[in-house]
Amino acid sequence: MTTATHAHADHEHHGPPSGLKRWLFSTNHKDIGTMYLVFALIMLFLGGASAMVIRAELFMPGLQLVQPDLYNNLVTNHALIMIFGAVMPAAAGLANWMIPLMIGAPDMALPRMNNLSFWILPAAALMLILSFVVPFFPGGGTQINTGWTLYPPLSLQVGMSMDFLIFAIHLLGVSSVLASINIIVTIFNMRAPGLRMMQLPIFVWAWLVTAFLLILVVPVLAAGVTMLLFDRHFGTSFFIAAGGGDPVLFQHLFWFFGHPEVYILILPSLGVLASILPTFSRKPLFGHHSLVGAMIAIAALGMIVWAHHQYTVGMSLAAVKYFMIMTILISIPVGLIIFNYMMTMWRGAMTFETPMLFTVAIILMFSFGGLTGVMLAVVPADMQYHDSMFVVAHFHYVLLPGAVWGLFAGVFYWLPKWTGHMYDEKLAKTFFWLHVVSFNITFFPQHFIGLAGMPRRIVDYNVMFTEFNMISSVGAFFFGISHLLFLYIIIKTVRGGEKAKARAWESAQGLEWEVESPPPHHTWTTPPTIKTA
Amino acid sequence: MLATKRSRSGSLLAAALAVTGFGATAAADEVQRWGVNFPPPASTTAQEIYDIHMLTMGIATILLVIIFAVVIYSLIVHRKSRGYPADQHFHETWFGRWSWVFVPVMVLGVDLTIAGAAQKTLERVWVVPQDQPLLDVKVIGHQWYWEFVYLDHDVKIESRFVPKEEAGIHYLREVDNRLVLPTHQRVRFLHTASDVLHAFWVPELAVKKDAIPGYVTETWVNLTREGVFRGQCAELCGTWHARMPIVVEGVSQERFDAWIEEQKQVKLAALAEATAEREWDKDELMARGERLYNTMCAACHQVDGSGMPPAFPAIRGSAVATGPIPRHMEVVLKGVPGTAMAAWNSLNDLEIASIITYQRNAWGNDTGDVVQPSDVNAAR
Repeated sequence: MTTATHAHADHEHHGPPSGLKRWLFSTNHKDIGTMYLVFALIMLFLGGASAMVIRAELFMPGLQLVQPDLYNNLVTNHALIMIFGAVMPAAAGLANWMIPLMIGAPDMALPRMNNLSFWILPAAALMLILSFVVPFFPGGGTQINTGWTLYPPLSLQVGMSMDFLIFAIHLLGVSSVLASINIIVTIFNMRAPGLRMMQLPIFVWAWLVTAFLLILVVPVLAAGVTMLLFDRHFGTSFFIAAGGGDPVLFQHLFWFFGHPEVYILILPSLGVLASILPTFSRKPLFGHHSLVGAMIAIAALGMIVWAHHQYTVGMSLAAVKYFMIMTILISIPVGLIIFNYMMTMWRGAMTFETPMLFTVAIILMFSFGGLTGVMLAVVPADMQYHDSMFVVAHFHYVLLPGAVWGLFAGVFYWLPKWTGHMYDEKLAKTFFWLHVVSFNITFFPQHFIGLAGMPRRIVDYNVMFTEFNMISSVGAFFFGISHLLFLYIIIKTVRGGEKAKARAWESAQGLEWEVESPPPHHTWTTPPTIKTA
Repeated sequence: MLATKRSRSGSLLAAALAVTGFGATAAADEVQRWGVNFPPPASTTAQEIYDIHMLTMGIATILLVIIFAVVIYSLIVHRKSRGYPADQHFHETWFGRWSWVFVPVMVLGVDLTIAGAAQKTLERVWVVPQDQPLLDVKVIGHQWYWEFVYLDHDVKIESRFVPKEEAGIHYLREVDNRLVLPTHQRVRFLHTASDVLHAFWVPELAVKKDAIPGYVTETWVNLTREGVFRGQCAELCGTWHARMPIVVEGVSQERFDAWIEEQKQVKLAALAEATAEREWDKDELMARGERLYNTMCAACHQVDGSGMPPAFPAIRGSAVATGPIPRHMEVVLKGVPGTAMAAWNSLNDLEIASIITYQRNAWGNDTGDVVQPSDVNAAR
């Protein structure tokens, strides 16, 4: 494995500029990483608020809080804000902070582009929020009642808020592609001398794979929504059957992006776990090379299975057979990753600080979400699961443990590095248990109501689904409240706390632990020397 | 075995809830509360799908138990607090060096078992068998009701959600006109939609297929028992997506034939009435118009004509309903492109005339206009 033979000399030419300029014009990977993370945290609360309204409305049958269009608008908004506003920027924040530190680079390869790719985000978020808010004003048109999938022809009926959303997606896409280019160039060109690709930490590899996926699929979404825009305003009929178009074409374009997007959300978080597990198991990572291979395999397979989101559109037998088999095969690389992580724990000397607690919970809960994914891949059975609450339960079991918890684990793991303070372990463990238990109370019953016949995205439901919906909503309120504790822990850690050592965790490995906590404004201005054992 | 287990624990829980007064009602038996799995299958393919579902769920459960067991064992034994020494060379053993080969092979074995088991069912569900006569039913999704056309019998019914007062315990899973189907007869559904995407889903029949404008997709069922099977639209189709129930009534072939005959008579009578060369007086048209309006228009434009702006404009006091009659007829007959307002030209002249007359005279729209079926005919 890699070790730095000597910590770098501290060439502190200058500190950060002060005031607003430090953030507006920042080209520093640490500051930009911090901004990404803060942005993601704000969006997490916005997206969470819409989820709370959804669960409050579904607490019992009937229309209590919101009208159907507003409900559907909230469903749309929740998904888009969580995916594009919370998870992707948070993962980009980790990438910005950690990749240069982990590979011994002084900064990202393209620092000004880094500034641009972050500062597009607030503009995009504003457009996204406007798309939600505009219908409340006179003349604002109808609400976006399509869900985040934006399927035409329904999305052609929506008022001007859909146009705001389309431009928000364009901006978000530009931001992601720029960030991805930056990450790829950084990893290829900025590694410390002697640091070979196969020696890179799995987190760096995961982000390399993710960045390639983003560049490949985000333009397809951009094209799809642009065609939608043209159908809405410029008389084309790409998706209008009456004009010779094809409504299903949009679904293919959307999911050609949408399925790889799932791996875009998950891979960076799975990469984080590969840093955490060896630290708290006190033994080397199991199957480093096969993890790299598995992640590349996931990306490759993930690109060619998109139509499993559309089994019900009436594809040919040959097509659905192909998509079924390829989808089930994804269990091979995912299974290998889970196996390697379990075997990293095996015969270790484990302790259970909060990052490790999250990691163990991820291994268990993400496996569960993955296995319901295999069930969903089986075409005949999917005729029942499709568009039911079972799907909602499945993808929350994949995306919360797979993506969000990995980010939480990473935040707790590296917070001492970023702030120079240890977080409050007792509070963090309280957050973990509150969060994980209420997560299961929220989403586990949704499997049952889905199988029993409750479709997703309905504002009102028959009394037969009442009990599980009530349980789910009660769980969701605790789940939502738990995030306030998370916010408090972070603020408390930023403001003070026990001083963190350079190597904050006793057996943590990796170049990021060779620099002080918090690291100086500029690190690795002299690259570390890599000694290969 | 699983079914009995489920219902027992379900009724126990329901009883416990009834005792605590937590919302379970006396009618709890009528709907399957606390349902945790598919309802009992009612068609040949639904049974096969149920079996595949139980198989994959079984395999998934076994794998999950193994994962949990290994992790929990490791959590208990391999911890620092017990003084377990970390094995620094575990990843370099033969197990560590070759696991990337044998783990994928094992997972592949499980994958092929599942995919192999699903193949036959998939083919049977996907390919509509042609060796016996089929009853063809065209299923057309509209915002927000279903239209069922019995192609072999020239019978058409429209199926709409009914309000809580009428539906009772089945609210949102009850309709005014049920889709009546014979048992032990292969039925082919041909799905399409007039406006946006919808999806036909009845869990007991395990049928789900998208209804897509411009497409005709097909599925088939063969009902194995009589009964009432309830489902819902499963593809988000706009405002009242939650109010698109589907209720299938499985009946014997004899009862089905009688029902079809009855529908034909109803249709003939309506046709005779609509084509009768006569002037209708305002009260008659208003009475018919109110009934039709409340069935077909009120979901969006509301019973009191106030609409739900901006998506669904008001009719009470609107420029269209109080302005020139030709424009009003054009909107109703041709719809408004780019909005949820459909063209209602499949209604007969009498129905259109009644609705327009009603809209022009109800809720203070006192235009005094009376539109006759012949006027509608001229405007088509």
